[in-house]
Amino acid sequence: MAKELIRLVDCRKEFDGEVVLDSINLTIMDKEFLTLLGPSGCGKTTTLRIIGGFLKTDSGKVLFDGVKINDVPPHKRKINTVFQKYALFTHLNVFENIAFGLRIQRPRLSEEKITRRVHEVLELVALKGYEKRTVSQLSGGQQQRVAIARAVINKPQVLLLDEPLGALDLKLRKDMQRELKQIQKQVGITFIYVTHDQEEALTMSDTVVVMNKGEIQQIGTPLDIYNEPKNAFVADFIGESNIIDGVMVSDNVVRMYGRNFPCLDKGFAPNEPVDVVVRPEDIDIVPVSKGEMIGTVTEVTFKGMQYDIIVDFQGFKWLIQTTDHSPVGAKIGVKIDPDGFHIMKKSEYSGLYGDYSSYSAEYDELSADPEGVGQEDE
Amino acid sequence: MKKKYTGGRIFTALTYVFLYAPIIVLIVFSFNSTKSRTIWSGFTLNWYKELFNDNLIMSSLQTTLTVSVIASVVAAVIGTFAAIGFYNMKKKWRGPLLTVNNIPVINADIITGVSLALLFISAGAALGFQLGFTTLLIAHISFDVPYIILSVMPKLYQLDRNLFEAAQDLGCTWFQTVYKVIIPEILPGIINGLLIAFTMSVDDFVISYFTAGSSVQTLSMTIYAMTRRRISPEINAISTLLFAVVLILLVIVNMRESRQHKVEIKKEKMLKGLV
Amino acid sequence: MSRNTQSVRSEKGIGDSWRTVKEFFEHFRKQSFAYPYVIWMGLFVVIPIILIGVYAFTSAEGTFTFGNFSGMIDYAPVFGRSLWLAFLATVMCLLIGYPVALAISRMSPKTQRIMLMLIMLPMWINFLLRTYAWMSILENTGLINRFFASVGVFDWINGLHAADLHYTPITHFQLINTSGAVVLGMVYNYLPFMILPIQSVIVKIDPFVIEAAEDLGANSRTVFRKIIFPLSLSGVISGITMVFVPAVSTFVISKLLSNGTVMLLGDLIEMQFTGAAYNPHLGSAISLIMMVIVIICMSVMSRFGEGEEQAVVM
Repeated sequence: MAKELIRLVDCRKEFDGEVVLDSINLTIMDKEFLTLLGPSGCGKTTTLRIIGGFLKTDSGKVLFDGVKINDVPPHKRKINTVFQKYALFTHLNVFENIAFGLRIQRPRLSEEKITRRVHEVLELVALKGYEKRTVSQLSGGQQQRVAIARAVINKPQVLLLDEPLGALDLKLRKDMQRELKQIQKQVGITFIYVTHDQEEALTMSDTVVVMNKGEIQQIGTPLDIYNEPKNAFVADFIGESNIIDGVMVSDNVVRMYGRNFPCLDKGFAPNEPVDVVVRPEDIDIVPVSKGEMIGTVTEVTFKGMQYDIIVDFQGFKWLIQTTDHSPVGAKIGVKIDPDGFHIMKKSEYSGLYGDYSSYSAEYDELSADPEGVGQEDE
Repeated sequence: MKKKYTGGRIFTALTYVFLYAPIIVLIVFSFNSTKSRTIWSGFTLNWYKELFNDNLIMSSLQTTLTVSVIASVVAAVIGTFAAIGFYNMKKKWRGPLLTVNNIPVINADIITGVSLALLFISAGAALGFQLGFTTLLIAHISFDVPYIILSVMPKLYQLDRNLFEAAQDLGCTWFQTVYKVIIPEILPGIINGLLIAFTMSVDDFVISYFTAGSSVQTLSMTIYAMTRRRISPEINAISTLLFAVVLILLVIVNMRESRQHKVEIKKEKMLKGLV
Repeated sequence: MSRNTQSVRSEKGIGDSWRTVKEFFEHFRKQSFAYPYVIWMGLFVVIPIILIGVYAFTSAEGTFTFGNFSGMIDYAPVFGRSLWLAFLATVMCLLIGYPVALAISRMSPKTQRIMLMLIMLPMWINFLLRTYAWMSILENTGLINRFFASVGVFDWINGLHAADLHYTPITHFQLINTSGAVVLGMVYNYLPFMILPIQSVIVKIDPFVIEAAEDLGANSRTVFRKIIFPLSLSGVISGITMVFVPAVSTFVISKLLSNGTVMLLGDLIEMQFTGAAYNPHLGSAISLIMMVIVIICMSVMSRFGEGEEQAVVM
């Protein structure tokens, strides 16, 4: 039943000699909520703009319903866009902003039809009664909804959303995430969503496409991406991960810190070097005597829902998230269940992530900074 | 996104031709060997020589330069301090004062000239002085200051508020803060304003015409008299020289701006930790 | 970056109330920088304008009168002519300037700067000289007429009327000393003042807004009609004001290009203050009216206009 709607084939884009997209291959199905996720500069917005027709690829094909649309200008594509900074028409009121696309259509739509459709869509975005307001009279969240309404009213097959919630405060953002998901289900069209916020991506998407440096790192459902990251980059970008050098002794057995641990992964060569991912919430703190590994607590931060505890295991710092408090300096033991391990093949990203040596309370704030000023450094 | 705007570009080119054609004609005929401004008979530099020998032109050039330099410098001083004062005022005083300040800029210059003439003539009748260099100078300062203020105030607003506090935190009194910190920071604004005011003064005709009286002449006044009576290619020569000077000045200003622009971009990059 | 070290001191300075006497004096000391200029302005900006008002309502004997204004009825044609020619010049500047501004705004930023510099260059040459340039082009023996003569236009025209006994042969077209010449002079001098504000407003239009319009189905003609043009109107208003005001108040252009035969308001005022017909009262009355016109234009511009900072500073 699922129909393929858009396919990018070997799309490549360069800017000023810099490769922004490196032969991207992507298939997008009809009616799905697909998110392009990645840090600033990974190419997600470029991909979106290529689909929308605002950029042309240097090479590669863009297929829409099987038809090549590389040279079709934006105003002829059955695709509409919700822009990051809304791009509302400041000289028109809410009604006229939303009706804009309808008024352009030839043959002309009757005035009643236009009014009816505008009111339908206003109700969809919960802005009934706002028809006569000017753009300057609207709050950020309201402008956002007008932008969505304006795009959706034309009944496009695909809606492109370029980090639309970035300018909203946290609570509003979370509410809008839910609303957007509802709208997508209600209107029944494909949403292609771009964000750098992994929590947002996991919340809203049917499919997540993780990108970095112009390449697709992994495509999958939110659950797949979270539980089975393909490489250290994905493991680190999605949620928190401790990533350790290890060796697959044999199927279901991984060795690290000089000790064998039972795990659920298999299919690696005997004694193959691997990246071992352990999520902070999958680690239990136990008395030293019962511990599979023993380390020293170096930092404890209260996060409301849990404690973030940094533990030093033979020089490598781990992050443990737990509701149990341990004092700084204490020696603790930890135990990890077999399903708490996730094994990944070594990649170019091995060794770059997963160490919490530079972790601190401020650091967390910085990494939530969408400008990406805080970069992971070793 | 390759759109061809050829129609617009051709029209624009034609407009630029329209703008420059008369100037080219002027320049070409400044080198004409006869007095004619329309029939070309040969190349000569005579008119330039005559220009430099013409006492009236030379003295009025001197007058113009003197007035413009003095007026723009005085205006820069008055205007900078005024801008700093305005910056510190309550909005309810500042608003009207800035509006009054803008009057010479906004008003048609004939009205500025005529009103000042009235002032000088009435005051002169009462106090016994005539229109002359002083009245000319006062008039120029009056219409120069607004340009300084227009140029300096935005710079003041761009200043980091913390600069004041930092300076005073380190022990400066208010006046020291002004001299050591504020003025150096807004200096680009002051210099730009100075250049603009200077140009406005050099270029002015109408206001000088009404306020200089009969004993003093600026260059524009002399040119006006010449165009009304004795048409001579000397005027073409003046135009050519002026054109060359303005061209050089504009290139310099532009280079300064693009250098400043590059410096700002570099500053931003440094703040973002990219350099 | 920790928030704990942020200064708790409230910001001093602009318009804040003061808490101690010391701060009170500090505040006034800072303001006092402006006092010299305030006095200067009072003397040399405010008083002159008041004087204009005074003279406008006084007669030569010093009595209060409306006579100066009623005397202006004789000059109604001059008023009409000034307004009409200024209007023509403004319309022409708009028709020429808007497309040019649009074309420039579509060029790359580097090219734009060069083009703008090229527009400003003539503006910086003394406008007496620029107007004078047209004299040698428009004169009876000027470039245009000489050109026509050399290709035989006049001979051809005279030939057409050979049979007419009352016809006097022509040797030139009367270009100079006409209102047409004056309008041409106005357009030539003030065109950049129309181009600059319009261009500066168009360039500021959010490119994403244009993309949004295209996204919603608008082709480039529709984008211009529904998005660019409405959003550029504030620049257009500024441009209109910046052309109309000098056009309505000039006297140099009419003096040079028409030898005073086309008399404008500016000429009229100038005559009252110099030369034989010395009547500062009448002159002030006319000036007062002109000031009113200018103030009206300016308030329209400040309410609806935009982009004039560029043009004013230049």
